[in-house]
Amino acid sequence: MHWELEITLFFFLIVTALVALESRNLLTAVVSLSVFSFLSALLYAAMGAVDVGFTEAVVGGGVSGVLFVVTIFKTSRKSKD
Amino acid sequence: MMRGDDDAIISLVARTVSPFIMIFALYVIFHGHYSPGGGFQGGTMLAAALILVRLAAGNDLAQLQFPRSWGTPLGSAGVLIYWGTGFVAMMGGGRFLDYAFLPLAGAAPQRRSLGILFIEIGVGLAVCGILTAIYDDLLEGRPHD
Amino acid sequence: MKALRTAVLVLFGAVLVIGGMSLPNRGDPDARPYRDPSPAGTPNAPSYYVRHAERDADTPNMVTVILADYRGFDTMGEETVILTAGLVCFLILRRGRPKEKRS
Repeated sequence: MHWELEITLFFFLIVTALVALESRNLLTAVVSLSVFSFLSALLYAAMGAVDVGFTEAVVGGGVSGVLFVVTIFKTSRKSKD
Repeated sequence: MMRGDDDAIISLVARTVSPFIMIFALYVIFHGHYSPGGGFQGGTMLAAALILVRLAAGNDLAQLQFPRSWGTPLGSAGVLIYWGTGFVAMMGGGRFLDYAFLPLAGAAPQRRSLGILFIEIGVGLAVCGILTAIYDDLLEGRPHD
Repeated sequence: MKALRTAVLVLFGAVLVIGGMSLPNRGDPDARPYRDPSPAGTPNAPSYYVRHAERDADTPNMVTVILADYRGFDTMGEETVILTAGLVCFLILRRGRPKEKRS
């Protein structure tokens, strides 16, 4: 089947999650989180749940990133921890 | 960032792309019976098109397209469409949200299909209005203490 | 502290992998949730939806039929939750401040 594609997607999923956790710059974390959402949307589509993948791509990759960026510009840009 | 008088190219591209995103969002809402999609996805894409113009052209200029006082009433109107469909079905003699009792033409499966379409339109309006309202509240609310 | 955190994460990942190995296969029609009757007493409820969705509502996309017709109450509650979230954002972020122009 297409397990090679899914293995690649899972690998980049873990990489983007670690980048979003560990980066000090919050804008980097938000962009990495959007990439995480889009990769998980591709995974849902590969599993056959196209509706769930569509929702995840639109909400996670589109609107929530914009809301996070607006919140960062209203508050502070660097992470404290 | 949020003023929009920085770059003419960004503003032009965003204002050109936005209507196509809206057309595709309406396609997703109204074609949700036959393809992946539905009210939630289409409404979120409508809100994304509105927010794109707000980001690129500035929040003051974008008020000409979608004023900031429309968001919450539009969301409430969507929820009212949903509940109203349920209550109309109840007045037709059935249970709440039983679309086979809507006062429409056609057999019961066609009536249920039309009822699902009303539901999707309500969900799309609600999600679009609420997401745009949340963006406006975040941008124009008072700064943190 | 960092070693403890890493150990806890690795342990949790091992638990997840062990638990995930006993899940049914993806798309298996003989899996346990597809065989048992629903709490309302309908035998084989998911296969009922798969078989009857297009005939009941004249709609080929059975996900739409399940979301908006069979489980209409669920979607109604979800939409009300979205409206409540928007109203709460309005109340928290714009609380008690006269309108003024900021640049």
